[in-house]
Amino acid sequence: MSLFGLFGQRRSAPVARERLQILLAHERSLCGQNDLLSILREEILGVIAKHVKVERDNVVVKMDRGDNVSLLEIDVEIPNSASPLLAMTA
Amino acid sequence: MAKVVVITSGKGGVGKTTSTAALGAALAQSGQKVVVVDFDVGLRNLDLLMGAERRVVYDLVNVTQGLAKLPQALIRDKRLENLHLLPASQTRDKDALTEEGVAQVITELRSWFDWVICDSPAGIERGATLAMRFADTALVITNPEVSSVRDSDRIIGLLDSKTKKAEDGERIEKHLLITRFDPARSATGEMLSIDDVLEILATPLLGIVPESQEVLRASNLGTPVTLSNPASAAARAYMAAAQRLMGEDVPMTIPSDKKSLFDKLFGRRAA
Ligand SMILES: Nc1ncnc2c1ncn2[C@@H]1O[C@H](COP(=O)(O)OP(=O)(O)O)[C@@H](O)[C@H]1O
Ligand SMILES: [Mg+2]
Repeated sequence: MSLFGLFGQRRSAPVARERLQILLAHERSLCGQNDLLSILREEILGVIAKHVKVERDNVVVKMDRGDNVSLLEIDVEIPNSASPLLAMTA
Repeated sequence: MAKVVVITSGKGGVGKTTSTAALGAALAQSGQKVVVVDFDVGLRNLDLLMGAERRVVYDLVNVTQGLAKLPQALIRDKRLENLHLLPASQTRDKDALTEEGVAQVITELRSWFDWVICDSPAGIERGATLAMRFADTALVITNPEVSSVRDSDRIIGLLDSKTKKAEDGERIEKHLLITRFDPARSATGEMLSIDDVLEILATPLLGIVPESQEVLRASNLGTPVTLSNPASAAARAYMAAAQRLMGEDVPMTIPSDKKSLFDKLFGRRAA
């Protein structure tokens, strides 16, 4: 077997190692972010629920990660009947 | 005081059931009172590896549902009188196990045994989280291969968030058991090295079990490898891992079946 065969082609473990390190760094940060989002979602739900009745599924919290800034998007769907205040302005 | 250990991995086919049988037997061979519990509801296999498949009458689900008392469901090993098996049921109902039911059974087992070893199903769903739920210690079974390492990382995350210990603000003890390791292929760079895996997963090592023909032979016979061939490399690896679990300071080696070679000493101690 040529030296190339031995060292050039068969050494796939270093590639595996590098791919894993990059992937897991990413997945671990995602995991933390998911937690942040679920915490935010629960607290936002709590604040809204004090004033109007909303369905849990109608509150969507999303994070768009950019290079320098990230965008936190909060989508809350409130039926007009849920609050007298809303019904008046409608 | 009893210790509840979960054998887990995320990925299937990495050696969880093999390790449960071998470590359970190894601990029992050292004089400990041991029960191995099969949590793989619907796909039970631990009974087969323990050679007890024809003696199953009641199972874990029957006990949690109150259809059988625990002593009726426990199967005593024919070779080791202080080794018992609590089999899984073959039901296809995924919700057959409840958290309360499992809590009760584990509490009862704790009072009778020194070690309660829970064989987790693959995956990260309910079955796997129930198996780890009440554990004091987790053994993460990992093969030196990308998908197994990635899944182990996920499972480590779950252990730190979904177990009772974690929820109570305590730390669950975690160890890595690397199985199906091939020293020759690792040396030529074809397989991740032990150091690679340890560095990536940042979890203390409990043992290294080499890829071994004896494991297949043991499963054919329905005898844990530490009993079927105690001198084999896999058996010695599991014996040493069991001793480390019991708190003994055993040098870390990679046992080998090649007669001419001494076991390669691995320059590291179990943490
Ligand atoms: N150290 C080993 N050497 C050789 N084969 C092994 C080893 N450990 C496990 N195996 C084999 O791998 C397969 C899967 O093992 P198993 O214990 O059932 O995995 P899991 O419970 O994680 O799905 C089985 O065929 C078993 O014999
Ligand atoms: Mg299994």
